This record gives sequence, structure tokens and C-alpha cells, in this order.
Amino acid sequence: MSLDLVPVWTAILAFGVFMYVLLDGFDLGVGILFPLAHGHDERAMMMNSIAPIWDFNETWLVLGGVGLLAAFPLAFAIVIPAVYFPILFMLIGLIFRGVAFEFSHLSHRGRGFWHGSFFVGSLVATFAQGIVLGTYVQGIPVNGRAYSGGTFDWVTPFALLTGLGLIAGYGLLGACWLVMKTEGRLQEWSRHMARRFTLGVGAFVAMVSIWTPLLQPQIRERWFGGEHPFWLWPVPLITAALFVALWRSIARRHFAPFLGALGIFFMAYLGLGISIFPMVVPYAYDLWESAAGPRSQAFLLIGTLFLLPIILWYTLYSYYVFRGKVKADSGYGHTEAAVR
Amino acid sequence: MDQALLLSRLQFAWVVALHILLPAFTVGLASYIAVLEGTYFFTRRPLFLALSRYWLRIFAVSFGMGVVSGIVMPFQFGTNWSRYSEITAGVTGPLMAYEVLTAFFLEAGFLGILLFGREKVPPLVHFAAAIMVAAGTLLSTFWILSANSWMQTPAGYAVVDGRFVPTDWLAAIFNPSFPYRLVHTTLAFYITTAFVVIGVAAWHLKRGQHVDESLMMQKMGFGLLALLVPLQVLVGDQHGLNTLHHQPAKLAAIEANWETQAHMPLLLFAWPDEKAERNHLEVAIPDLGSLILAHDVNGKVPGLKDFRPEDRPPVAIPFFSFRLMVGIGLVMVALVAWGLVLWRRGRLASARLFHRVCMAASPIGFIAVIAGWVTTEVGRQPWVVYGLVRTRDAMTPSLTAGDVALSLAVYVVAYIVIFGSGLYFLARLARTGFAAGEPGAQPFATPARPLSGATRAT
Repeated sequence: MSLDLVPVWTAILAFGVFMYVLLDGFDLGVGILFPLAHGHDERAMMMNSIAPIWDFNETWLVLGGVGLLAAFPLAFAIVIPAVYFPILFMLIGLIFRGVAFEFSHLSHRGRGFWHGSFFVGSLVATFAQGIVLGTYVQGIPVNGRAYSGGTFDWVTPFALLTGLGLIAGYGLLGACWLVMKTEGRLQEWSRHMARRFTLGVGAFVAMVSIWTPLLQPQIRERWFGGEHPFWLWPVPLITAALFVALWRSIARRHFAPFLGALGIFFMAYLGLGISIFPMVVPYAYDLWESAAGPRSQAFLLIGTLFLLPIILWYTLYSYYVFRGKVKADSGYGHTEAAVR
Repeated sequence: MDQALLLSRLQFAWVVALHILLPAFTVGLASYIAVLEGTYFFTRRPLFLALSRYWLRIFAVSFGMGVVSGIVMPFQFGTNWSRYSEITAGVTGPLMAYEVLTAFFLEAGFLGILLFGREKVPPLVHFAAAIMVAAGTLLSTFWILSANSWMQTPAGYAVVDGRFVPTDWLAAIFNPSFPYRLVHTTLAFYITTAFVVIGVAAWHLKRGQHVDESLMMQKMGFGLLALLVPLQVLVGDQHGLNTLHHQPAKLAAIEANWETQAHMPLLLFAWPDEKAERNHLEVAIPDLGSLILAHDVNGKVPGLKDFRPEDRPPVAIPFFSFRLMVGIGLVMVALVAWGLVLWRRGRLASARLFHRVCMAASPIGFIAVIAGWVTTEVGRQPWVVYGLVRTRDAMTPSLTAGDVALSLAVYVVAYIVIFGSGLYFLARLARTGFAAGEPGAQPFATPARPLSGATRAT
């Protein structure tokens, strides 16, 4: 009778979550790298490079959460309670790092505290997101239409591994962002960091890729059973090729490393999608069973198809306005001038 | 379960009450900044540039706090109120998603240009960015109040398998209490901001500094308030009638009215006793309650005893919070009248006592907003969707009291640190925000570069 909108909403949400991971990924990554940098000027430039865009990047997280609620309410109602404390830690981390942009410039004696909260907040939020990912891939115990597991089911070796893996991943994105946005000594240092984090990400991708099929029979079947493997060979091969390309580009290129890191994230994301599709509450409910009614999905879709292109257009414009390399004195003049 | 429920409600009340303080301020401030930027764009008077820069710094800090404390909110629906999410998402989900798509992206997309882009984009684009940010805050108010109002007066839905599905989107969005709540709340936000602007200006005037800027702030503030405060009195009255019609139990609690009666008195004070179903220590004006609520002394007003005890909201909280809100409204009317008289006599710059009173009054809008919010949300109880879903059936089933106690403790500590620091920094920005130099002459010629240490004001 009516068009099946579930695939459309799956695509939109997948896009939204990927945008979040990519965009907040690099600015959380800058936060993770922050204490490793030498010198006040370098750190100021790192913060300035993301100051005009971080809250826009975080808006994709709200879209991901609210989009899941609107399009797949059953998944929202089961998955979020399963990660009650990781979500709490993520939110508190995001609060402390978000206010640090302004507060660290306004503070005299407390500047160290807010710089610390920029770093620790970024680190905690990233680790918590990685734990959410690991808990999700492991599978969520369900009774009827509700989460049936315990408060600390997310404390598993696998989820902690994905937590550390995401720290490495966001760190890589952050380093590649800085290679693109800075010059001179800070850029050299960023290249050095990018190399280290590439090795780290490679190790974590390998570990998670081996561990995941061992963890879940469905995933093992998907990758190694029946006719599928033939079609899926390109995924690990392209990922490996991207690692090589990234490694080679780090030494001299400005923009290519970021693209390479983006590509690796995309392949990992694709691999995750292949592993769990069509489940949205692994391994209890699929996309269709969790979907909101067609009238709800249709009503939201009309506006979304109209608004998303506009949003992307003014996003590009905003990034275009703040294009080019950052200097030490750009950015927080609007508050700093007031305090001095 | 009961303890987890109570703690979850306290947690939601805590995170939403502190979050709402920021939109209560930034919705009005974004519009004020757009007006200042627009006036500067058309007149090129440096005074307006200086004012806009001053308030932009304050806006940047409060908006950032609003963003991060706002991200917490949708996740609350998942962590603590997953049953609510699952049951109502068919209707409320798209409303909240539209808030993200139309409002949050718009604000965040143009905030960077507004705060950091003055030298990087043409003046018209910078002015447009200010308008976009202001429009974003208003669109956000629109959608979230639509979703909230739908919980108060649900419409345009059917219940299928115990879950809400939309049948008529226009009826759901423009549900019966929404137009009143939208206008009442938006006016409240503008009024709240105006009282902050006036109070800050009074602080500078009292010290005899930045007189031109501060006088302009006071005139713009009182000009707006002269219009909006009387309007708010009328709108509030209409909102009350709307509540009487659609949520009679809430209204009975607000008035602590136990018996359905004509010639209902207006209680100025009382001590409601829910067990005995009566009030102690009543101070009342005869007939006035019926006159206000039915616009007729013979008008019948429903009492709490018409409702089964398990369907009644708490009485004392809405009763007192409503009186606090209305009391503040009356104080606002008096203050605006005083301000207008001084303005006519040309004494705004020199009235010392008035400056003190304005400073003391700068937070009263926030108190009224919180009091009004408490009235309407506590008055909605015991329902989460009025008359249809009870709050206790909305909670996440897997939660234990220990879980929620721990998360609530974390939120309390974190918010005390963040909001305490934020208030401290905002107060300092208000004191020192005009920074060095005479803003009229050469205001912040190189805004990207921090001014030298010699101009350090603190």
C-alpha cells in the first residue's frame, strides 16, 4: 500500500551517525592530543582550529540520538538503557570539554583546570562512545520490548578494547586535521602524531576484526559462510590499501592524510554495517521491527529531504569561511579581549 | 522501583531546570544582538557595534553552556524514560527531530560566523548570521514547546497496540495548549533577557561608566518591556483559561480549590493539606477567583474533589510556584512603570536608588520562568501524557534506585561546577566587557588580537 521508508531512514541515520563520528571525531581527537603538544602557542592554535565549528559538529550527535528516537523508537528505548553509565560519562565529558573553549580563555588562575577538562572530557567522551559501540556489537539482552541486562554489562574486555580503539581512531583524525590546518613546527609534530596513531589504529582494527567474528556466530556466518565472502573480500583489501596510502601521505601532503583517515573510518563503519545488518538491536530486533509507523517516518522524511541539503550547504559555507591555516591569534579574541 | 522513579524525576527536574535558564536568556539575547547588528548595519553608529560586541561575548559563553547542557536532554528520554520514548515517539519523535533539523543546525552553523567571522565575511552576511542564530533559537522554542504541549494536551493521535500513532499532524503540532504556551514562554524569555540587560546597564550607570551605551540599553530594555509586560499579563490570563478548560485538575491544584463552586474566592495565601483535603490559614478575597477564571462571579470552578485522589496532582507545589510567578509579574509591572516615569523625566542616568533596584531585579525573569515551569509540569502529574500515560509507567524498567542515585549525584556535582563557574565568568564579562578604550572612538579595531596587558581590567 505505502512505500517502505525503512531503507531511506536507515540510510539517513547511517549518514548522520557517520557525519558525527567524522566531525566530532576530529575535534575530540584534537582534545585527546592537546596535552601531548609542547608550548602554549601550539595548544592555543589547536583549540582555535576547532573553536568555530565544534558545536556544529556535536549537533550531529543530537541528530543521531533524536533521529533514532523518531525513526526507530524501539531501538532507542532498548539500546540507550543498556549503556546507561557510558552515556552518562559521555555527556559529562562533552559538557566539560565544551565549556572549556570559553572558560579557559576567561579564567586566569583556573586556566590549567579548564585545559585539563578539555583533555579529560574529550578522552572520557571518546572512550565512552567506544564502549557503547563495543556493547552494541556484542549484542543486547532483551526481554519483550525492554533491555533485560544488568547495570554493568558493558564492562567487558571487548567493549573496553573498542573504547581504546576509538581513542586511537579519533586521535588519528585529530592529528590529520591538524596536519591540514596548521603549519611549521605544530604541523611537523602533528605528522609525527599521525604516524603513531596510524600504527595504533591499525593494531586495533586488526584486533577487533579478528575478535568480532569469534564473538558472534551471526557475524562469523556473514563474513566466512556461504556465498558472501567473495563479495566481501574488497572490504579488508581496500582498508589495507588505505592504511598504506595514509602512511605514505603523512610525510609531505597537507590534505591527503585527513582523506585517508576518513576512508579508513568509512571502511570500518561499512564493515560494522555488514556485520550487523539488518539488526538495529543486535541480535533481537531488526530495522523493520523497530521502526516507527509509516506516518511518523513519512512526516519527518518530507522535511528532512528538504532541510538536509540546506544544512549541508551552509555547513560547507561555514567551513569555507574558516578555511586555510590557523594562526596563533585567530579565534577567541572576542572573549579574551574582554578579560585582559 | 518507587525510589528509582522519584530519583529519575528529580534527575530530570535538575537537568531541565538548569538547562532552561540558558535558553530563557539566549533566546532573547540572540534577538537583541540581531537588532543591534541590524541597527549598526543600517546606521553605522559605533555605539551599536560596541553594544553588540559586548553582548556577543556574554552570548558566546551562555550559548555554549546551553548547547552542552541541551545535549543531555534527549538522552534522558532514553536512559531514564525509555517507556515514554517507546510509547510516544510516533508523535513526539518527529517534533524533536524537526527541532534539530530546523533549529540546532541553523544556530550552530551560523554561530561560528557570528562570533568569529566579522572580519572574514561581508557585513551583510554577518548581519544575516545574527538573524539566522536568532531565528534558530525561536524555531527551537517552537518545536520543543509543541512537543511539551502535546504531553499536556494531546491531540491528533490514535492509540494502536498501546503506542501513539499520529492521525493529524497539524492537530498534533498545534494542540490546544500550544499556541498559549508558545506565546507565554517566548514573551517570558524576552522579558527575562530585558531585565538582565537593564540590570547590567544599571550597574554601569551607578558607577558612572559607559553612560551612552548603558542608557541605550536601558531605553531599549524599557521600550520592549513597556510593550511585552502588559501583553504578558493578558496572555497569562488566557493561558490560565486554557488550562481551566483542558486540565481542570491542574487548575484546581494551582488555586488549591477543593470543592467545585461558584463565587470561588481567590486565595492569597493558604497551607494546602492533601490528606485532610482542605486548606489551613486561608487568606482570601471573596468571588475574585470566579471572576478571574470564569470572567463572572457566578462562574463555577472545578475542585480537586471531583478527581479521584490517584488522579490529582500535588497541590502545595503548583499553588506556591504559581503565586511566586504571578507575584514577580506584578513586581515587573511596577518596575516598568517606574522606569518609564524616570525616562520621561530624563533621569534614567542619575536615579541611584532605581539603579540598585534594577540590579536586584536582573534575575527575576529566571525565577518567574522556573516557577512557571514547575507549576505547569508538577500540575501535569500524575500523568506524563495528560490523562493517558502515568509518569510511573514511563520509566526505564531496567533501572535500579542505585543506578539513578549515582547518575543524579554525578549530574548535581558536574552542574554545580559548570554553572557556578559559568555564572562567575558571565558576571565578570558583564563588568569588564566594554574592555579598554572609549568604545565610541575606535572600538576594538583588531578584535582578533587580544588587547595588550596594559588594558587588563581585572
